[in-house]
Formats: sequence, C-alpha cells, structure tokens
Amino acid sequence: MEKLTFERPIIQRLNAGLPSKYGMARKLDPISHIDEVSVRSLINEFGSPLFVLSEATIRRTYKEAYRAFSSRYPNVQFAWSYKTNYLNAVCNIYHQEGAWAEVVSGFEYDKALANGVPGELIIFNGPDKSEAYLRKAIRNSSLIHIDHFDELYEIIHLSKEMKERPKVAIRVNMDVGVYPKWDRFGFNFENGEAWDALNRIMAAKNLDLIGLHTHIGTYMMTTEAYRIAASKLAQLAVSLASKHDHALQYIDLGGGFASKNTLRGAYYPGSDTTPSFDDYAEAITSALMRSEIKPDQLPMLILENGRALIDEAGYLAGTVIANKRLSDGRRATIIDAGVNLLFTAFWYEHDIRPIEPISEQTEDTTIYGPLCMNIDVIRGNVMFPLLKKGDHYVIRRVGAYNNTQWLQFINMRPNIILLDKDGKPHLIRKQETLETINAQENTPEHLRGFNL
Amino acid sequence: MLKIRKNIAISDSGFVFDPLSGESFSLNPIGMEILHLVKNGQSFEYVSKHILNKYEVDAETFERYFYDFISTLKLFNLTEPD
Ligand SMILES: Cc1ncc(COP(=O)(O)O)c(C=O)c1O
Repeated sequence: MEKLTFERPIIQRLNAGLPSKYGMARKLDPISHIDEVSVRSLINEFGSPLFVLSEATIRRTYKEAYRAFSSRYPNVQFAWSYKTNYLNAVCNIYHQEGAWAEVVSGFEYDKALANGVPGELIIFNGPDKSEAYLRKAIRNSSLIHIDHFDELYEIIHLSKEMKERPKVAIRVNMDVGVYPKWDRFGFNFENGEAWDALNRIMAAKNLDLIGLHTHIGTYMMTTEAYRIAASKLAQLAVSLASKHDHALQYIDLGGGFASKNTLRGAYYPGSDTTPSFDDYAEAITSALMRSEIKPDQLPMLILENGRALIDEAGYLAGTVIANKRLSDGRRATIIDAGVNLLFTAFWYEHDIRPIEPISEQTEDTTIYGPLCMNIDVIRGNVMFPLLKKGDHYVIRRVGAYNNTQWLQFINMRPNIILLDKDGKPHLIRKQETLETINAQENTPEHLRGFNL
Repeated sequence: MLKIRKNIAISDSGFVFDPLSGESFSLNPIGMEILHLVKNGQSFEYVSKHILNKYEVDAETFERYFYDFISTLKLFNLTEPD
C-alpha cells in the first residue's frame, strides 16, 4: 500500500472577536531571490550569515529621493551620511549618483578623501573634530558645521594662525514638536543661541559663513517637523540678510526620514505609515519657497539622508541553527545571526522571511541569535512558519547602520556582497578571520607560553 | 501517559472547543488523528506505529513532531494536569 504524505500535526488557537496585532499578519511570502539571484546559491558561495546589498535598489531609491526634491526646488544636493553605511563600494555608488560626503569623525573624513571626494565637497559634522582634523578641513576648504562655542573659538584661532578663511555653517537645534528634543547638538534656535553664534561668526570677519544646518532626529514619521525646521532655518537666513546683508549658499536639513522598517511596538507596519520622499520634499521645499528669503537668493538645499536611502537595499541571509520550546511552551527558533550583526534589531521589528514556501501553518515564535546572551533577540513574537535546522532565512531592510555599528563578538563578522545591476555578486567586504583579530593584538613576552 | 481533558469537544472538521476557557482551536487532519488516538488513551508507541505505517515519515522526525505537538496541547491547557 502506498503511504500518504506526512504533514506536521498542528493545533492553533482561533481568535474570537477583534483580530489581534498578529491576527492581521499577512502571509509571509518567501524571499527566494534578491534581484533575481537565488539566496541559496549566494549562501552556498559566500557562506552564512551573509549581508547582501542591491546596487539597483540603492540607485533607484536615490533617484527617487532626488527627483522628489529636484522637481520642487531649483537647487538640490544630497550628501551621503557616511556613518549610515561607509563601505567604500556603497559610498562610491552615491558619489557616482552625485552625492557629496557627510562625515562626523576624522576616520570618516579620511575615508571620504580616500574615496576621491574633493575636500570642498565634504561636510564635516559632529561634536568631535580634533584640532588636527579642523586644520585639515580648513586647508581643504571643507564645509565645517560648527557644533558648539568651543569649536567656534577654536576655528577663529586657527583661521588667524593659518591665515585661511574657513568655510563654516552652524548646526542649529530647535523645537519641531517632536519629543524628546534633540538639543544636544548645535546651537539652540528658540533661546537665541544660534543667532548669537551667527553674529559672532560675522563679527570674526575671517570666517566664511556659507550655510545653516540642522538634523532634527532620526526615523522622523512626521513631515510637519521638517516644515517647521525649514521655516526656522529660513528665518535665520532672512535675519542674516537684513542685518548683515549676507546671503547664504545653502540650507542643510540633515537626514532623519523614516525607512519602511517597522519600529518595535508600532501597531501598523512601517511600509504603511512611512511618509514618501514626495511628502517630505513637499514639506521642506514649500516652507523654503514660502519664506521671506528673496527668490534670487534661494540657497542650495542640502539633504543628508541615511537610512531612508539605504535600508531597503540591504538584506541579511542566513541559516537556522535549531528550534526549541521555551518554558511556557512558546516556540524559539535560533538563527546564525545575532544582535551583534543586526544592531537595528533593538529598534525594529525586522521583516524576516523563509527563502522557500514552508507550510501555511505559522506559530507565535521568538527568533534568537546565536550569542550566549539574553539580549540576543532578533525578533520577538512573530507568526512564523516552522523552519528546520539548516533552512535559510532572509531579513529585509538592514542596509542602514548595521554594517557600521556591528560588533565582532564570539564569531567573525561575515562577508558582505553587492549585487550589481546585472545581478553579479561582488565581495565588497570579506569575512574577518582569526588572523584579522589577532593582528591587532600584542601578547607580552612573559605571557606567550604555558604548560597545562 | 498524558491525558486529554475529558470535556474537550473535537468536531470532525478539526474544530476543538474548550468549554472551560471558552477558547477554540483548529487542527490539521494529522493533528486531529493524533489527538483522537491520544484522547482514547493510546500510548506514544502505538500512535507512532500507526502513523509510520500510514504516512511517509521516519521515526525520528515523527517523534520530534509528536512531542512538539503534545507540548502545544499542554500550553493550551487541553491536557489533564500531571
Ligand atoms: C548630522 C547627521 N546627518 C545625517 C544623519 C543620517 O540620519 P538618517 O539615517 O536618520 O537619515 C545623521 C545620523 O545620525 C546625522 O547625525
């Protein structure tokens, strides 16, 4: 007698009444291919886990963002936020698309220079610019965004000593109706500190005040905050024009647009709630156009978006290590990528998918990484099909911040590949090895041997 | 041997109702088959032999799925307390 096909025995609770948050979970369609390349073949060739970046998606998203702004405003410039993802291959895609560089440390500054970005197209942000790097930035005519008075005075001193005219802007923080307020960076708008700083710069005579900068926060879900920010910077520009007859070259609205990831605890998925580039662009450009800035003096609009430009292009593919049950009976699935590789798991309910159709049956599952630590939760409470040991998964929208904030811990950081527009994989950062780690270490002579 | 609570109602379509909690559940066909066998007091050995004869599955795989299924029944309070 022919035997029947076996299926795993399953019992599921039926939810009466209102569907719960998880009740409305859509079917998890597998992701078998990224840009038409099989995920399985990539894992077979490059190992597991594996970061995969899509060049096509990076370029498409950039063009979309650029079009949203340039179709509304005469002079638009993006500057790639290095900290978001400073793999050279990634930075150079943005530079090829026309973006300048936005950096916040000496290391990032040198990285941008080494990539070939001209010094005068590097925006130098952040509270930590050493004297050596300020000198370098001044010599290279980079765009120095001053964060605090100590830095302002240091630059005034350096300008005299070096007999140069540093190109500067100030970073402004302000109330845009979003809490908590980001008031630790730059000079405050409401209490007049920003205006004082601008007057101090104008009085110094030997600084070239070329712009105003703000970065109101990250993952901002409201476009209204940007409208307010743009209006406030425009007010400062108007005051500069009337008091000092000084026209600014640019207004820099920073980054902070939300990506389509879902924040932890959010009720609706980010893909339903995130404003579009057009929405953000409309808020910002209309505020600038409606301001009192004279039409012939409309400054260049600079944007420094990170996550909204790259999150979508990044995937983390890997392998299931094991399944178990927690003490209360809930399912736990352990995968080979931990929070040390996926820092953003602390913020997002990442969209994780199997790579092939499993069964229609899903179960409330917690997905853990392989680290021996309680915090290593990649995804709590997701209705997920039962993957077996050895099955593969793909986590979507991991392009922002993970490849810069990841930590080497317990295991080596894995390969990163870029799929070019023809789907050809390029290894753009190779897996670390024991030698990579040991190369940084120095064991004192007396600790070099032992007898056990 | 683990016992399924007596007052649990199982319909032919795989619908399970727990009158105590008012909760309802759904079973897939194999789940229903196994639940009936267990409810009738059959041992794991018996259930395993029955399933292995009837379906295309190896003993180890079945054992793992069986105990996983049983622990879900426990989780849903459908079994008699030990
Ligand atoms: C000054 C500045 N610009 C741009 C960014 C990029 O932000 P996001 O990735 O939220 O767009 C950051 C991020 O912290 C930043 O500090």
